Amino acid sequence: MKDVMGIVNVRIQDDIIRVLTDFRCIASVPFGGRYRLIDFILSSMTNSGVQKVAVFTLHKYRSLMDHLGTGKSWDLNRKEDGLYILPPNVFYYSQTSYPGDIRSFYSQMDFFEHSKQKDVIISPGNLVCNLDLREAIAFHRKSGADVTVFYREDAEYEPDFPWKRKLKVSRNNRVLELEEEPGTLEGNKVLVEIFIMSKLFLLETIENSILNGAGDLFQDVILKDRDKLNIYAYPVRGYFAAINSIKRFYRANMDLLNPAIRQNLFFQPGPIYTKVKDEPSTKYATGSNVFNSLLANGCLVEGTVENSILFRGVKVKKGAFIKDSIIMQKSEIEEDARVEYAILDKEVTVSRGKEIIGRENGPVVIGKRKKL
Amino acid sequence: MGTTKEWIAMLLAGGEGKRLGFLTSEMAKPALPFGGKYRIIDFALSNCTNSGIDTVGVLTQYQPLILNAHIGIGIPWDLDRKHGGVSILAPFLKYGEEGKWYRGTANAIYQNICFIDKYDPHYVLVLSGDHIYKMDYSLMLKFHKEKQADLTIAVIEVPWNEASRFGIMHTDSEGRITEFQEKPAHPQGNLASMGVYIFGTEILKQYLQADNERAGSGNDFGKDVIPLMLDEGCRIFAYPFQGYWKDVGTIESLWEANLDLLSSENGLDLFDRNWRIYTVNQNQPPHFIAPGAKIENSLANEGCEIFGEVSNSVLFTGVHIGEGTVIKDSVIMTNVRIGRNARIERAIIDENAIIGDECLICSERKDPPEIILVRENMILPENSVIRTTSP
Repeated sequence: MKDVMGIVNVRIQDDIIRVLTDFRCIASVPFGGRYRLIDFILSSMTNSGVQKVAVFTLHKYRSLMDHLGTGKSWDLNRKEDGLYILPPNVFYYSQTSYPGDIRSFYSQMDFFEHSKQKDVIISPGNLVCNLDLREAIAFHRKSGADVTVFYREDAEYEPDFPWKRKLKVSRNNRVLELEEEPGTLEGNKVLVEIFIMSKLFLLETIENSILNGAGDLFQDVILKDRDKLNIYAYPVRGYFAAINSIKRFYRANMDLLNPAIRQNLFFQPGPIYTKVKDEPSTKYATGSNVFNSLLANGCLVEGTVENSILFRGVKVKKGAFIKDSIIMQKSEIEEDARVEYAILDKEVTVSRGKEIIGRENGPVVIGKRKKL
Repeated sequence: MGTTKEWIAMLLAGGEGKRLGFLTSEMAKPALPFGGKYRIIDFALSNCTNSGIDTVGVLTQYQPLILNAHIGIGIPWDLDRKHGGVSILAPFLKYGEEGKWYRGTANAIYQNICFIDKYDPHYVLVLSGDHIYKMDYSLMLKFHKEKQADLTIAVIEVPWNEASRFGIMHTDSEGRITEFQEKPAHPQGNLASMGVYIFGTEILKQYLQADNERAGSGNDFGKDVIPLMLDEGCRIFAYPFQGYWKDVGTIESLWEANLDLLSSENGLDLFDRNWRIYTVNQNQPPHFIAPGAKIENSLANEGCEIFGEVSNSVLFTGVHIGEGTVIKDSVIMTNVRIGRNARIERAIIDENAIIGDECLICSERKDPPEIILVRENMILPENSVIRTTSP
């Protein structure tokens, strides 16, 4: 897998997951008590033996760069290859609308030309998953496809699944049909926008696209030319969530309270890595009451916590009550405060006696460092 | 700045910890796990980093494998430096001489004078990797300079009944040490040496040389070098330290030190962001407290899955506690798996042990408590009963 390059294509999704993306891009949204969204695809790549990963970012990437650093946590601090964070060219940034990912790729042609890898795997940065990409690459190479796309079975029944297009495949998973308009095909296979192609194919595509004005790799190339291209499809198995709304974010976090999902997501096929912090053990005081919850290190719990996820360094004071909530790093819930169906971003303080109560299908979201 | 450092630390980490039984059969005492996620040496190393020391020589001898793997190139303590950083100093063969083990604490440093010379520091801080405490050595260095001392020894008041375990100091009104007794049978005072010394480099080298040439010397700082310096009229001062300090010598004291962390007035605040204790962090998901589980007055770490009841205990990383199991007053180390409906009280369960369903591990003696130690990697079948450590 030394000859495969990973590309994490971080899109702008501010409109769909507000507040949490006010100061950060989607890939660095905190998740699951101690992770950020990008950790999942990055760990999948490195666990699969990928040794070169390019992260294409567009905006608000300070926290992402801070998180990724030299790539050490994922073993990507290598002399040769390793991690590359590629912010946009200033020229494109100043344009009023985003010209599409092909433009971002085009601005880094040197980077691609210098890379020795034969194939590339391109993924969004908002996936919660743990994928064995070795198998996918082997499948791609064996099939001789121009492009391998991923798909998820029965995804149409998963609420908030971001992709709607269905595809129809032959017995050996060659794509026979790919919907241009969702809702026209029968079947249960829904497209997932993870792609494998050769670097050569990508470079040719980029150059042709610049000449003919195509902007988006999927929309303007794969979908448009689907009849001309040799496309194969590879299934996404195991736990999978693409975070594209507050509701999906909330539900994916709560899914972690299920031991089977946790076991699958965090350990199979490989462990999920993240930037580690030097937090002490979590301390439970006498009189604390914790039930069905996930807690990271460095928390101090004196109150009650039910069905919730606490990130590192959260303080829950005496008499405080937290239920069905996600509390991010270093937030503090003071004495007798009550938090239900809420998502608290980092370093939020809920003052003594204060109540923050959302609804089950509409959790309330409190922005970073707010004092309530 | 040339290659000279103001001060460097020499950290003695070869201790065997004889009274710790199985726990130190495969690792040196400084490598002992402590406090849910640390090893004892993390305290001295973190103190160095937090005190602004960027060069530390770690002297190893006894069972160094785990210690070496833990320290690595010093990344967790920010001691991976271009000039300085952490160096493991194991005994070595010298040109034209027979190889020698380190014979005593002073001899270990003596054999590594070349390491000290490489950095040419003004002062050398000598530490022990055996102790649990948070201390700002830079304040001690300031004291050492103010007193224009040849040697400064950090001291702490210990309970009188324990004084005979330590090097006991007598001082004049200025804090200058007038008498030093190493582990006296009948202590005349309770001011104990913490094994933390600051020497002027030249005087250290001079006395290490002298000690080495003295026939019959045990080459030990406490027994030989310090008494010799006192005899010759060196300026030796006692630097009083106040706060939590523990020399974990026995299984009971290791157990006690872990449980000390549960009281909020323990004086060893591990939540202090201004004086963090660094260690190698494990990569594990957050820990899970299941519906029906109960956890009170305890520490837990990432990777734990708790389905039973835990009180007054310290759980290390990745501990699994089955439904119906009750854990009380115990220390459960990394990756231990405990089945259902077991009961464990006043015990230390060492790393990777597997305790079957319905096991009972609970000593009958409470005062003073007898602590049952279950060995690393041990597999206890269902319904096992352990009521005492004596066979």
